[in-house]
Amino acid sequence: MDLRLTPEMAVFRDEVRAFLANHADEYRDGQAKDVLAWQRLLIAHGYAARTIPRAYGGFGAEPDVLKARIIAEAFIAAGAPRGIANQGVSMLVPTLLEVGSEDQKKRWIGPTLRGEVVWCQGYSEPGAGSDLASLQTKAVEDGDDFIISGSKIWTSTAHAAQMMFCLVRTEPNAPRHEGISYVLIPMDTPGIEVRPLKTMTGQAEFNEVFFTDVRVPQANVVGGRGRGWFVANTTLKHERGMLGDPNATEARLNSLIEVMKTETVDGERILDNPVFRDRLMQLQARVFAMKFNGLRIMTDDTAGLARLVVKLQGCELNHQIAALAIDALGELGVLYHDGPHLRAKGRWQWNYMFDLGLIIGGGTAQIQKNIISERGLGMPREPSSRAAS
Amino acid sequence: MRFALSEDQRILQASLGRALAELSPLDRVRRFADGGEQTAPDIWRGLAELGLPGLLVPGSTAAWAWASWRPPWPRRPWAQRWRRRRSWGPSWAPLALRGGTAEQRARWLPKLAGGEATAGVAISEVVAGARDGAGVTAEGGRLTGKALFVIDAPGAHLLIVADRTGALHLVETPPAPVEMPNIDATRRLSELVFDGTPAEPLGGNDGLARLRDAAWVLLAADSLGAGQVMLDKAVAYAKERKQFGRVIGSFQAVKHLCAEMAAELEPARALVWYAAYAFDNPGDVAPEEATVMAAHAKAHLSEIGRFVARTSTEVHGGIGMTDLLGLHYWFKRIGLNRQLLGGPERVREAAARAQGLVAA
Repeated sequence: MDLRLTPEMAVFRDEVRAFLANHADEYRDGQAKDVLAWQRLLIAHGYAARTIPRAYGGFGAEPDVLKARIIAEAFIAAGAPRGIANQGVSMLVPTLLEVGSEDQKKRWIGPTLRGEVVWCQGYSEPGAGSDLASLQTKAVEDGDDFIISGSKIWTSTAHAAQMMFCLVRTEPNAPRHEGISYVLIPMDTPGIEVRPLKTMTGQAEFNEVFFTDVRVPQANVVGGRGRGWFVANTTLKHERGMLGDPNATEARLNSLIEVMKTETVDGERILDNPVFRDRLMQLQARVFAMKFNGLRIMTDDTAGLARLVVKLQGCELNHQIAALAIDALGELGVLYHDGPHLRAKGRWQWNYMFDLGLIIGGGTAQIQKNIISERGLGMPREPSSRAAS
Repeated sequence: MRFALSEDQRILQASLGRALAELSPLDRVRRFADGGEQTAPDIWRGLAELGLPGLLVPGSTAAWAWASWRPPWPRRPWAQRWRRRRSWGPSWAPLALRGGTAEQRARWLPKLAGGEATAGVAISEVVAGARDGAGVTAEGGRLTGKALFVIDAPGAHLLIVADRTGALHLVETPPAPVEMPNIDATRRLSELVFDGTPAEPLGGNDGLARLRDAAWVLLAADSLGAGQVMLDKAVAYAKERKQFGRVIGSFQAVKHLCAEMAAELEPARALVWYAAYAFDNPGDVAPEEATVMAAHAKAHLSEIGRFVARTSTEVHGGIGMTDLLGLHYWFKRIGLNRQLLGGPERVREAAARAQGLVAA
């Protein structure tokens, strides 16, 4: 166990800090003024797409967990926005790097990293949620193409995306895990209809997507026809890492501490109320535990179980932080939409509602517990899964 | 940078595990718990042979032998393997002697390092708060007053005592301890009455704070180890026990309880490791971090320890409550650790204060 910075690493940390100070006028309140320009700047300096090969538009550095941590900490400390972390960058790019063809890598990774191409994910269906392998959207062979029919749901950013990575059933007679393919679909293809799905937050963070005879070249299959289930599991692994990101959780906790330091009731700071202070400390211990758990995952080869719990614990913790912020704001905490007394643009209420979607999405909490107990603790699998697979 | 146990620490973990399986199997624990022994010299000797008492004694032979360790306590393995012993594993009292004179150190550290002498610690009043009129006053080289919840007093050759102001004292003629029977029959807590008892002051400004931080990290590690044992036993039992024609571990209701325990314990392990690292390497972390992390580790392991203790017992069903199974030894250890040297609410307040979050 040794967490010290070597002189070389201390120099690196100072470089990152200097970069953020020099470019401080290009971001504010954690937001870049020009998202795409900021992203290009980060890639050029290796603060985004750091380990993606240069040939595909990344920075091309060797993986280095310590440098990654130094970058993350410096950005949190400066309140600077990280690079784009949408589903294309966080899920599609790692998947293409692992199983994509050379053509697919060359064509898609660079534009995706630079934010020029936005992706959405077409996995869940109305009848296939946690039991994803029962998906029914079908792709029928027609010459060099597939003709795709069916529908997807919970498709965030589908309204803004140029592309979708999508699971479709290409071999209807194969065992259900072996009949699925992972296909890249341009969203402007005729026959695709996107309908916004308004949620309890009042906004439409998700969409439904309907496919009616949508023609897509067979060359758009990633990782081989009928291999989609295995390709998707690669992607899910990356999604779970993204959803439980401890750096994001720590940044949220810091915002909460600011709220409790600045908001007052009867002239007394919330932080000076011992009940609220105790609740804050309880959550802070959890945030630190997840942070160091993340540190361990990066460098400890015995950390298998530690990795499996990140999505479950991280999403729950984010939700609890939002809940405490609302309680700390009290009556002010119920304000929403607009108004002179509204705090943080209603973000805490929005988080509290939307985060339920993150606890459910990407593998529900219950599915996560199945995974932890079966893969992590070696407990028996669900009889129904065995019968079906 | 590496956040993992070193190869040396893993080797120690394994050898300590083997030694403890031999020295302190469940029937030996039971004999200690039920038989009213005040100390367990057989177990202590076995551990002394491994060089463990000297781990926190700078410059001792044992410390030299284990010098390759960073940090010097492999917390998780100790906590996990060491739970059955009477004492606290490596005596942490020597930390208080850092502030002592060269003469005091020379007199006691070699004996403590070799395991020939043991030290009791009486700091409860200034760390957890005074109860029932307890508190010790120092005047003219003598101590007067009552100390409760004294740790490792039976058989101790010396005592480290904090007076009401938090200053530490060395007592070489400890008064006879009066046992305070508690839920954990594998730990002896004592009440001590000082009545003009001769004592030498121990210098060093941060003596009490360092001793307290060390104790908090060790208590957290102890609860982590106990919790891990309780999870392991629950999982093993759930894979064997059959009801409705299936092993109960195939029911989601049971699997999910086990998953929840694991989901709490794994990140907590990293927190305890980091707290230990921050304690050992104060120069590598922010000034307040050792105390903040020690407090968080102590409080957090108290909370999740309680959850794991009751959940594991529940997974075992009725048999989990029986004396025969012995699961209760860990249940009670977790219960004791939660309150000892400050319950979670008090310790969290210390974490807030160390960060400057408590208004002056």
